[in-house]
Amino acid sequence: MIPVQFDYVAPTTLGEALTALSQHGDDAKIIAGGQSLLPVLRMRLNAPEMVIDLGKIEELRGIRDDGDAIVIGAMTPHAVVGSDPLVAEHAALIPKAIEHLADAQIRHRGTFGGALAHADPAGDLGAPVLALGATFVIAGPAGVRTVPADEFFVDLFETAINDDEILTEVRIPKHTGWGAHYEKFVRVAHQWPIVAVAATLQTNGGTISEARVGLTNMGSTPIRARGVEEALAGQPATADAVRTASERATEGTNPPSDLNGDAEYRRHLAGVLTRRAVLNAAGA
Amino acid sequence: MTAVQDAPAAESEIGKDRRRKEDQRLITGRTRWTDNIALPGMLHLAMVRSPHAHAKVLSIETAAANAMTNVVDVLTGADLGEAQGVNANAWPITTDQVTPNHLPMAIDRVAFAGEIVAVVVARTAAEARDAAELVDVEYEELPAALDLKEAAADTVLAHPDLGTNKSAFWQLDSAGQGSGRAIDEVLEEARRDGIVIEREYRQQRLIPAFMEPRSTVVDPTGEQITMWSATQIPHITRFLLAATTGVPESKIRVIAPDVGGGFGGKLQTTPEEWITWFVARRIGKPCKYTETRSESLVSAHHGRDQWQKLTLAATKEGRVTGLKVDLLADLGAYVGIVGGGVPVLGAWMFNAIYKWDAYQFNCTTVLTNKTWVDAYRGAGRPEATYAIERMMDELAAEVGKDPLEVREMNWIKHEEFPFTTVAGMTYDSGNYEAATAKAKQMFGYDELRAEQEQRRANNDTVQLGIGISTFTEMCGLAPSRVLGQLNYGAGGWEHASIRMLPTGKVEVITGASAHGQGHETAFSQIVADRLGVPFEDVEILHGDTQVSHKGLDTYGSRSLVVGGEALVLAADKVIEKARPIAAHLLEASVDDLEFANGRFSVRGTDQGTSITEVALATFASHNYPEGMEPGIDAESTYDPVNFSFPHGTHLCAVEVDTETGGLKLRKYVCVDDIGNIINPLIVAGQVHGGLVQGIAQALWEEAVYDDAGTLVSGSFVDYLLPTAADTISFEIDHTTSPSTTNTLGTKGVGEAGTIASTPAVVNAVVDAVRHLGINDITMPCTPERVWRAINHSGGGGADPTEESAMPHFSPDGPNQDHGETGEGEDL
Repeated sequence: MIPVQFDYVAPTTLGEALTALSQHGDDAKIIAGGQSLLPVLRMRLNAPEMVIDLGKIEELRGIRDDGDAIVIGAMTPHAVVGSDPLVAEHAALIPKAIEHLADAQIRHRGTFGGALAHADPAGDLGAPVLALGATFVIAGPAGVRTVPADEFFVDLFETAINDDEILTEVRIPKHTGWGAHYEKFVRVAHQWPIVAVAATLQTNGGTISEARVGLTNMGSTPIRARGVEEALAGQPATADAVRTASERATEGTNPPSDLNGDAEYRRHLAGVLTRRAVLNAAGA
Repeated sequence: MTAVQDAPAAESEIGKDRRRKEDQRLITGRTRWTDNIALPGMLHLAMVRSPHAHAKVLSIETAAANAMTNVVDVLTGADLGEAQGVNANAWPITTDQVTPNHLPMAIDRVAFAGEIVAVVVARTAAEARDAAELVDVEYEELPAALDLKEAAADTVLAHPDLGTNKSAFWQLDSAGQGSGRAIDEVLEEARRDGIVIEREYRQQRLIPAFMEPRSTVVDPTGEQITMWSATQIPHITRFLLAATTGVPESKIRVIAPDVGGGFGGKLQTTPEEWITWFVARRIGKPCKYTETRSESLVSAHHGRDQWQKLTLAATKEGRVTGLKVDLLADLGAYVGIVGGGVPVLGAWMFNAIYKWDAYQFNCTTVLTNKTWVDAYRGAGRPEATYAIERMMDELAAEVGKDPLEVREMNWIKHEEFPFTTVAGMTYDSGNYEAATAKAKQMFGYDELRAEQEQRRANNDTVQLGIGISTFTEMCGLAPSRVLGQLNYGAGGWEHASIRMLPTGKVEVITGASAHGQGHETAFSQIVADRLGVPFEDVEILHGDTQVSHKGLDTYGSRSLVVGGEALVLAADKVIEKARPIAAHLLEASVDDLEFANGRFSVRGTDQGTSITEVALATFASHNYPEGMEPGIDAESTYDPVNFSFPHGTHLCAVEVDTETGGLKLRKYVCVDDIGNIINPLIVAGQVHGGLVQGIAQALWEEAVYDDAGTLVSGSFVDYLLPTAADTISFEIDHTTSPSTTNTLGTKGVGEAGTIASTPAVVNAVVDAVRHLGINDITMPCTPERVWRAINHSGGGGADPTEESAMPHFSPDGPNQDHGETGEGEDL
């Protein structure tokens, strides 16, 4: 478990990091919290010549209120995001997902932006940010651009971030007062989810006015369950209504088959877990 | 020999909840783990391993690796040749056992993925690892024998030159050995006028997954060549190094320093040890090899891996009349040190706590092109216990009785001990009624049965299952004469010596070799009581053949029941040697002396002297009896007269989510009878850890290979080990039936939890869904398997596990592009 030798820089500003990235191009890898990259390096699945550590860049950390959105710095550790009162108030789905993310050590080392940029379809943050309609702020040599969540996740371990760019922050539109639940199905606690469902919704006198649902590990990217969302809108938050709507959870999915279950089983789980997530989010 | 010590007095050390002496250094790591050892000029090794399950080695190109900075040498199997010795099988179970020659480093053919074909020697571990990737091996792949049943049919040969995959066939037959009737007769009767139940169970392959990876340091300088190794068996390793490499035993010192767990996985002499030994001697410098976790998972021996075909005969009322067992046991590519003996140890355990008329055990050991299989916590006994305890539940379902009632109809009553079983073993003591009654009460058995009925009636999404396991096991390996009859290559005694230091301190040397069990604490308690010295004044030394020159190490729940008894004998000898000296010092007659609480006193007077004062007097030697040796140190070798047979009743409640197949442990109660207890805190730790390990077989762990013979569950991402977060608080208690085969009245506990818990959990899972027409779910009972069983009702296990891993560290995709040096080398 010894990585191939690599050079290492730890810039203190975003500008320096971008310069280092453009200098080393394909030979460089960015390290945030290192919770995914280090195992990859230690198992020698990747051998970058240069590792650029973002850990010393203060401007990439922190959480702020920005009017209609909560802005989370990419280098903010999961544990900080998960216990932040602003996030809890305006994007309750996020702490619900972080509560069950890996284990306590990883939640303190791993970062919000790092996990999203890694784009593991079994990662716990993709489905919630997708459901919440987040916007990704990405800096590059040409300046800063924003990418909506729907376009951010491209494929397995692939995002809209180009090789010379760095994810700086994630803007989460406020969903103040929305119910939220993250229903995660695992065999052991520290495992990636076999399937998980992120649901957040607004209810009005027992009726669901709007619902947003994201699926974890049901394809090569996190997936927005738009069919379920449509079916839920205007429905009562009852077991029967939600059951019917949840049957659409498998639309557009292409789940993997592995030691924890085949695609058929995952599709079945997606339906059950969606129902449970929505009912829970509705407080029903 | 059969005298049993009275229940220990309240103020005695025995029975006290002593915190473990060794824990501070073990937990903080401020100690000597093998990988912490650094010697002047030490070189580091990296192994090059085959990615193929079965292949010819056509050529090995080492020049590029050799040219790397600070690489000292690169050696292949051809370089090592015969001088490397062999990794021996110490227990050929039959005289005609087919045993492939196991060279530590393969020369021209590899027989499993992970087998070593070359070693790189460099000044640092990182340089060795880098250079290892430049060793270019050309292979010609051969068809691989992977599936156990197919391998048993000899369709593809794991070792073509042997002509068969069947290593040995071993049978125990109650009629043949005169311990019962003929099984065929009994089966015939049951077919005519009773019940016959036939089942086939799978014991999946497990990986011992000890916490400390294996590590070896060899120092060839000096008169004795020293090997430090993370092993359970320093003494056996020394013997086998001498026997297979030609180095005189007197020139070898093996040290197992602090060792971080073993669970049987370090009961082996390994290719890595032998290669490090060879390289260090060849180069003349100290060498170290420490494996990575990935290497450990593919190359350290695995456990279990059996198919069990069972035919049980019973009367219509549920009295079992006989059992026929047909086992296929996967040995992997080579026969390990105990190898085929592991399934054979199960032969005496399938009959468990029950009284039958007839029994037959048939075991075929089979070679495949997978990682070798050997002892893993329980070794043969968990497999047997699983099979019979599952079958007893099946019988209960068949006759429509409570599974506890059916067990009670069949078990040995407490007044029947000592009891000779249908397998021919004589059980020392036990009280199954008492343990079961206590467990039932702690569990709230009747209340949970009522809740189960309620949930069934309501057709609840979450169903409740109750699982039972009334296990016994044989532990304390082993009476040497019995081992001799079984063709085992060594004895089963243990050795101890006691050195009485002049300052009053006591050094105790044991031949047992702890790797996390707490010997230092428990043994100190025994010696402190026996000699009447403070617990703190006793130091336990072990694991170094120069200090502990004689021993048979630690496995098979033997350290206390065999090693502890050797301590008692040695302590008694110390007292007897001290007695005439004390008499001399006190100017009294030996016959007037009595020894209690560390003191010799002259009967009827207030005169006396302590045993530590006698030790000091012999150190000075100014005044001692004419014609005597001035010393009271003593040693003893104890050979047990029989095994001891702990038992217990384990009850488990599991909730099954019928929508997802998800499982939740609700309650786990066990009442174990392990005889007298030396340290209840250590016992609780052993029971807790054992339970989790057994539960993990039931629910989580499985070594899975793909069709190419690659270990898919090759990291802890896919080989699921539970953590504290996955278990519940266990409720444990004890009944006490002291063993009659040793003076302390103790029985082993190291494996009990693991042996008992697996069937308790699976019985609970099956019980939760039995009303849906299910009578089996293959281990590990994954949610997917449970869900499939429910939805494709009819049971009989489940679809085979999908043979691919979760791709969290996949080299695909631009965020994780494949490094130039990573081709296929993920070890």
